[in-house]
Amino acid sequence: MSFFFEVLIGGLLAGVMYSLVALGFVLIYKASGVFNFAQGAMVFFAALTFVGLQERFGLPFWAAFVLALSVMVLVGIATERIVLRPLVNQPQISLFMATIGLAFFIEGLAQLIWGTEVRPLDLGLKDEPIESVLERLNMVISKFDLTAAAVAGVLVAVLAVFFNKTRIGRALRAVADDHQGALAVGIPLKQIWAIVWSAAGFVALVAGLMWGARNGVQFALTFVALKALPVLILGGFESIAGAIVGGLIIGAAEKLAEIFLAPKLGEWCQALFDVSLNLSGIEGWFAYVMALLFLLVRPEGLFGEKHIDRV
Amino acid sequence: MSALPVPSRPVGEVILAVENIALAFGGVKALSDVSFDVRESEIRAIIGPNGAGKSSMLNVINGVYHPQQGQVRFKGEVRRRMDPHHAASQGIARTFQNIALFKGMSVLDNIMTGRNLKMRSTLLEQALWWGRSRREELEHREKVEHIIDFLQIEHIRKTPVGRLPYGLQKRVELARALAAEPVLLLLDEPMAGMNVEEKQDMCRFILDVNDEFGTTIVLIEHDMGVVMDISDRIVVLDYGRKIADGYPAEVRSNQAVIDAYLGVAH
Repeated sequence: MSFFFEVLIGGLLAGVMYSLVALGFVLIYKASGVFNFAQGAMVFFAALTFVGLQERFGLPFWAAFVLALSVMVLVGIATERIVLRPLVNQPQISLFMATIGLAFFIEGLAQLIWGTEVRPLDLGLKDEPIESVLERLNMVISKFDLTAAAVAGVLVAVLAVFFNKTRIGRALRAVADDHQGALAVGIPLKQIWAIVWSAAGFVALVAGLMWGARNGVQFALTFVALKALPVLILGGFESIAGAIVGGLIIGAAEKLAEIFLAPKLGEWCQALFDVSLNLSGIEGWFAYVMALLFLLVRPEGLFGEKHIDRV
Repeated sequence: MSALPVPSRPVGEVILAVENIALAFGGVKALSDVSFDVRESEIRAIIGPNGAGKSSMLNVINGVYHPQQGQVRFKGEVRRRMDPHHAASQGIARTFQNIALFKGMSVLDNIMTGRNLKMRSTLLEQALWWGRSRREELEHREKVEHIIDFLQIEHIRKTPVGRLPYGLQKRVELARALAAEPVLLLLDEPMAGMNVEEKQDMCRFILDVNDEFGTTIVLIEHDMGVVMDISDRIVVLDYGRKIADGYPAEVRSNQAVIDAYLGVAH
């Protein structure tokens, strides 16, 4: 039984890492109704900038963090100026297409500035089991995962209050729904977009650091964004709470499927069809299958806003 | 010009003057050389056949369109270019012909956005949901509840706007505009697509707003019965030009207006 919980907790903590990435998507989606294809690129760019600053100038953690954050804010403001401003009042598909272009641009820019090699990132957090838990409960819970979960938890709490309870949060949601209406009540569209892209840059930086510390800072970080997709489909694109719950579900389900479901499925295949099937590696695609099934049942996600379109 | 009807409400000085406005989109002239004024606390209607340039006129006043010629004078201040955000901060609120509400948000949240410009707390305070931000939110809720009460939409406060019938959506849009405590209220076809009863309600609300808050109102409307009943003065546009301007009785008997609406024998 303790092994089951170990797998479960490990999965939940890994899921939090997905949530971190999903959060960035949710931010932009809530404020512009657009799926930001460039989020993965931003994660990559943020992490690479952080590591690059540390390497090239020998900066301490906080200095590098603040500088990298400033760079992300600048990227956010520049995105508003150059990409989004000409697209006010345009259909959302145009904005989406623009973010695809943006993704390629940011990926290229990051490698142009900092180079293409894989870099290690050391946050001083070791990916080792917490001893007291190991002794008492005989479970392996990673310190690193637990810290990442705490960071994500704080981020989510702050963002949730910000979006739901404050004027700017409401303005963000208003902008997502209707540009014309938002302008008419005096919401400064440009400023709002700059704020939200900067916030998404901040989330990208945190996610980039966490993922970079685990896997090394490399181009593959951009694919982390793909893992956020099933999380978003489960949780709902416009819900911050959904991003976290979706992440937890996906993370736990993946790990449990890998450990417990895969051998079972293999046995059944053997018994029913007399085919021997090795399903280890189910972890890699199980999330997408879940998302696909979920789309059939509840396309707006667990916490998404249910839009009713009048015809 | 002797026996003009006296407006029912006390009407003050000119608050908005539109002077020689010309607006073109490429080769299409939406407005040419249109001038008129609006006095304080007045209900001023803009009428005209479809495509006459009525909505374009509102968009010019509200800063969505920038006219190629002419100027808008609001509260004595002349401006050539301004954006809707600036217009809103000067006290111009509006509703739209095809409703520009935030469909995923509740009625209450929609109306709260109308108070956006009245709130002062900083980004940091809001991020932490702390101090002024919290107090402010409660204060503004009270004002908003008053408007909700005024427009009799208590029962739908928490309903997402997208689920409401058309007539109620129009009313919520009016509520959002009122939440800004506007000096000048622009209404683009506030009664379009409504049944008789809903129209009567809307008329009453418009008159009440004008009466109770002294709000100056510029409205576009196609229902001539309504327009003649509630407006103090009427501007008539046709093909982007002003063809008549005056009190309802004058406009009603104006030959150019009758021709524009009914057509002329060639």
